[in-house]
Amino acid sequence: MSIDANTAAKVAKLARIEVESQDLGALAKEFNDILGFIDQLNEVDVDGIEPMTSVTPQKLLRRNDNITDGDKQTSVLKNAPLSREGFYAVPKVVE
Amino acid sequence: MTNLNNLTIAEARDKLKSKEITSLELTHSCLSAIDAADELGAFVHKTPELALEQAKRADERLKQENAPDMCGIPLGIKDIFCTKGVNSQAASRILEDFKPEYESTVSQNLLDNGTVMLGKLNMDEFAMGSSNETSVYGNAVNPWKVDERELTPGGSSGGSAAAVAADLCLAATGTDTGGSIRQPAAFTGIVGIKPTYGRCSRWGVIAFASSLDQAGPMTKTVRDGAIMLKAMAGNDPKDSTSVNIEVPNFEAMLTGDIKGKRIGIPQEYRLDGMPSEIEKLWLDGTEMLREAGAKIENISLPHTKYALPAYYVIAPAEASSNLARYDGVRYGRRAALSSGDGINELYEKTRAEGFGPEVKRRVMIGTYVLSAGFYDAYYNRARRVRALIKKDFDEVFANGIDAILTPATPSAAFGLGEMSEADPLQMYLNDVFTVTVNLAGLPGVSVPAGVDKSGLPLGLQVIGRPWEEGDMLNIAHSLEQSAGFSSKPLKWW
Repeated sequence: MSIDANTAAKVAKLARIEVESQDLGALAKEFNDILGFIDQLNEVDVDGIEPMTSVTPQKLLRRNDNITDGDKQTSVLKNAPLSREGFYAVPKVVE
Repeated sequence: MTNLNNLTIAEARDKLKSKEITSLELTHSCLSAIDAADELGAFVHKTPELALEQAKRADERLKQENAPDMCGIPLGIKDIFCTKGVNSQAASRILEDFKPEYESTVSQNLLDNGTVMLGKLNMDEFAMGSSNETSVYGNAVNPWKVDERELTPGGSSGGSAAAVAADLCLAATGTDTGGSIRQPAAFTGIVGIKPTYGRCSRWGVIAFASSLDQAGPMTKTVRDGAIMLKAMAGNDPKDSTSVNIEVPNFEAMLTGDIKGKRIGIPQEYRLDGMPSEIEKLWLDGTEMLREAGAKIENISLPHTKYALPAYYVIAPAEASSNLARYDGVRYGRRAALSSGDGINELYEKTRAEGFGPEVKRRVMIGTYVLSAGFYDAYYNRARRVRALIKKDFDEVFANGIDAILTPATPSAAFGLGEMSEADPLQMYLNDVFTVTVNLAGLPGVSVPAGVDKSGLPLGLQVIGRPWEEGDMLNIAHSLEQSAGFSSKPLKWW
């Protein structure tokens, strides 16, 4: 599996990270090096093995669906780069 | 007279309880040491006023009979822990000036035990790195020095390791996703414990790879690690992976008696081209345990070779998901936008300037292995291999092995800048002995056990059975006693 500049651009887009077009070639090369290393995993016979989801043999605990926290608008907005009238502010999303 | 900041936790505890010293004196001593050590780049946010206030409160509490063991002990806290009102950035530009409105469970547990926070410690950005060179704050520097070069303290908990080794604090918190506590501990001649997954709450610890991340203590001795781990650990309803089992008195389990313990020596850890010094250290450690009465047995962990490649699928995959929250909207830094830029430009520009190259690389690799068409080939395959790696350990422990002895790192500390020019894969090899432990969710501890020919510290790793940190630490304690490592870096900073 070889990644070219176009695939690198697609991955960057999916990851929402802007990459200058002149840097895509170098990025693709790094991806290929790392994926080449990862390709060793193809040597392993994994037939019949379930993908691991948790290392602890523990069922996730359930709790009652009660409101136990909240009413913290000031705290929630405290670290926002831009907020207005009690909301996070972003560029226009809907015309 | 020894400076108070040179004390271990156990020594300071006894002196605090016997009123020979106060926490305020101890804290002042650390604060002076910190101010004289800016060259080490260890403390990146100092909190002296907070520390002195906490020390005063600790001294009040120490007047009572039943003050906790950690009461009045000054600590450094890794920047990855959210600490209320104090910068918590995981050494990233994207969390510039982020001051949480809440306290992580682990640091809260420590505060509840009466500890003093001296400040926040340097690290690799989002804990992604093995040399502390990916930090937005600049490098942390190893207090150990054998020539004109500045050496790495390791990573990602490099600031924690440097601070403890240089006696700037009595101990520090770290986090370990692939070796980030144990490798820096080995590089700086201190003790680093990665507990069983689920022992310490991850709540309020800035997430890297949630199925692997675990907080732990970095200390001057195994005994200190045992004392501090007890104060950090415990079930937390706010972290559904934290396990509700009793936290034992780990310190009481350091009997020094390891007679009859069965120690496994995994043949697959004998790497081609392993430096002879590492090989010798491992043999010496094996002999020390044998002389202490342990039974040494060769064991096999056949999937060891595949741990690093599996890790470099799973950790970036989880990171790409965890780091999606840094969007320039809710907290942290937002990029300046040009006119006409919409929400996607806001995300893309913010993340481009907020993340460093290694973080971007891993987020994008993670995005790729999780993308449609590759999810099975990469992500699911890696998770299957992970199941096999865990099975290797399960079988060894089922056969009665009590603990496993390995080297902690494939080399001693290297020079800053020496690896960053090489390709990223070279840096990843630092975790070759430690990463299996994270994948299998086991406890592991790095113990300083000797020096290389230039005089730099080297560490051995003891891997324990799940939830048997006490037994593991007892074996580490025996190793520590036999190795008698007591060297300290000569002060040059």
